[in-house]
Amino acid sequence: MWSLSPLEIEAFMLSLKVAFWAVLVSLPFGILAAWLLARRSFPGKSLFNGLVHLPLIIPPVAVGYLLLVLLGRNGALGGWLFDVFGITIAFSWKGAAVAAAVMAFPLMVRAIRLSLEMVDPHLEQAARTLGASPLRVFLTVTLPLTVPGILTGVILAFARSLGEFGATITFVSNIPGETRTLPLALYTLTQTPDGELGAARLLILSVVLALAALMLSEMLARRIARQLGGG
Amino acid sequence: MTQAPVIDVNVRRRFGGFQLDTQFQAFGGLTALFGRSGAGKTSLVNLLAGLERPEAGRISVNGHVLFDSEAGIDVPPEGRRLGYVFQEARLFPHLSVESNLTYGMKLLAASERHQDAGQVIDLLDLAPLLARRPRTLSGGEKQRVALGRALLASPRLLLMDEPLASLDSARKNEILPFIERLRDDIKLPIVYVSHALEEVIRLADTMVILSDGQVVASGGVEDLMSRLDLRPLTGRYEAGAVLSVTVTGRDADFGLSQLSFGGNRFLVPALDLAEGATLRLRVRARDVSLSLEAPQGSSILNVFEGTITEIEAGEGAQADVLIDIGVPLMARITRKSIHDLGLKPGMAVHALVKAVAIDRYSLGHGGGRIHRTGD
Repeated sequence: MWSLSPLEIEAFMLSLKVAFWAVLVSLPFGILAAWLLARRSFPGKSLFNGLVHLPLIIPPVAVGYLLLVLLGRNGALGGWLFDVFGITIAFSWKGAAVAAAVMAFPLMVRAIRLSLEMVDPHLEQAARTLGASPLRVFLTVTLPLTVPGILTGVILAFARSLGEFGATITFVSNIPGETRTLPLALYTLTQTPDGELGAARLLILSVVLALAALMLSEMLARRIARQLGGG
Repeated sequence: MTQAPVIDVNVRRRFGGFQLDTQFQAFGGLTALFGRSGAGKTSLVNLLAGLERPEAGRISVNGHVLFDSEAGIDVPPEGRRLGYVFQEARLFPHLSVESNLTYGMKLLAASERHQDAGQVIDLLDLAPLLARRPRTLSGGEKQRVALGRALLASPRLLLMDEPLASLDSARKNEILPFIERLRDDIKLPIVYVSHALEEVIRLADTMVILSDGQVVASGGVEDLMSRLDLRPLTGRYEAGAVLSVTVTGRDADFGLSQLSFGGNRFLVPALDLAEGATLRLRVRARDVSLSLEAPQGSSILNVFEGTITEIEAGEGAQADVLIDIGVPLMARITRKSIHDLGLKPGMAVHALVKAVAIDRYSLGHGGGRIHRTGD
């Protein structure tokens, strides 16, 4: 009763894998976007800001469809990726990770940006006068002081990735063992006669997973905040 | 002076509705940038440090051109090698005191370092703080760490922007001796921004007076403090002359110290200083009175013969009189007294100063070191 079935384990592990890669690959871009939005002014900044937040406000199905058009085998980018590198993203777990990353991106950027805006630019100036180049200042002062925000962003993005459904099913479909993550497996069970018990089990699994991630982040954030201390 | 200036600055920059147009030179020692809040002191220091960019002009330090709009030179802050101690210490909160101290030092090749970490830690008494985090330090301790951090980056020049302004007077007195040690022991040129006259008199050799973004006057502290025309900027109420004096004797019975300057002797309540020590004495104009004859049967211990060089009387009750007693001395007396005594420039007078008018707030170090005696 309490042990997981092979199918459940498969969906569970796939979800973890998809969320892990989604967060890992999007993190550098998330930090860059957050930094651009927090610290730079450039033409088209509000457009850029809108673009970053787009996945938050348009239907996930639309994002999934956009990804399919762009990254599908016949898509502009997808065709090129297949021709040059032989990589297929659509209808594979990699595509699921891309969909999750895109959907979680605004949350990640928001958290990091808020934290970046809290870093006192005067500290960065002080580091410059001590002989540090802008890049070194970023790596030794700005980034360490942004760690709490990065951590929050990572956990939020991870949790969002675990729950990603609409964009995923549109972009990479619902393929067992390849793209059927927890939410997709749950959806499948709700569409199956007598699937209620299985659905309930997956529901509990999802809740436990999300809570565990959230508690871990709280713990880490508190520990780091203690280390950074106040000004 | 014939030697090349340590700092040679000529910059222009508009900040909002405020035009900074500043030119000055400094020749080592401690140069005070003095002026009211909003005079452009901090803006000027930020231009020097490279944190702001002048619209036009030139900045050179020790012969290194840091900015030259005509030659297209603009060295970034990290290449200027100017230590900057800010009003708020700006320590890195995520690093220990020790890592803060060595932040700039570690970025330098060993051959470029001219400050020794152990020596600086001793000088600023930082050893007990090394393992601590900035948030656990008091305001005075933070400023000492900030000083050490700037110093260990082996700068060509130290910029200090009102480093004491956010501290209470007890903390100020805790930091001041350290700044004096930097000036005297390490012999690093220092540009010190302040709107507090007592700090300037105590610390500075050269003074640059700023007002509305312009240099109004620059020169030795003694020279500028005895100019009547600068009183609106140097403080009308606190106006007074600054004398450089040497400790030449001590009267243990009555608890007095004897100071000498330009052939004059000056008795003050006993100072904690050894004979031969030099210092700066501020004689407030309102503590000086004038007499046509040498006073008889007076309690006043300090009487100086001199000549009136300038009288400035406005509409009010007061007038300021500048007297040459070998050096300039300033007296603030009533307009009525000037009228009754018929005082005019060129007249011989006796200037009277009560010994007890001189307190420790009137003292500053005059270039030489002050040696503390044990008592």
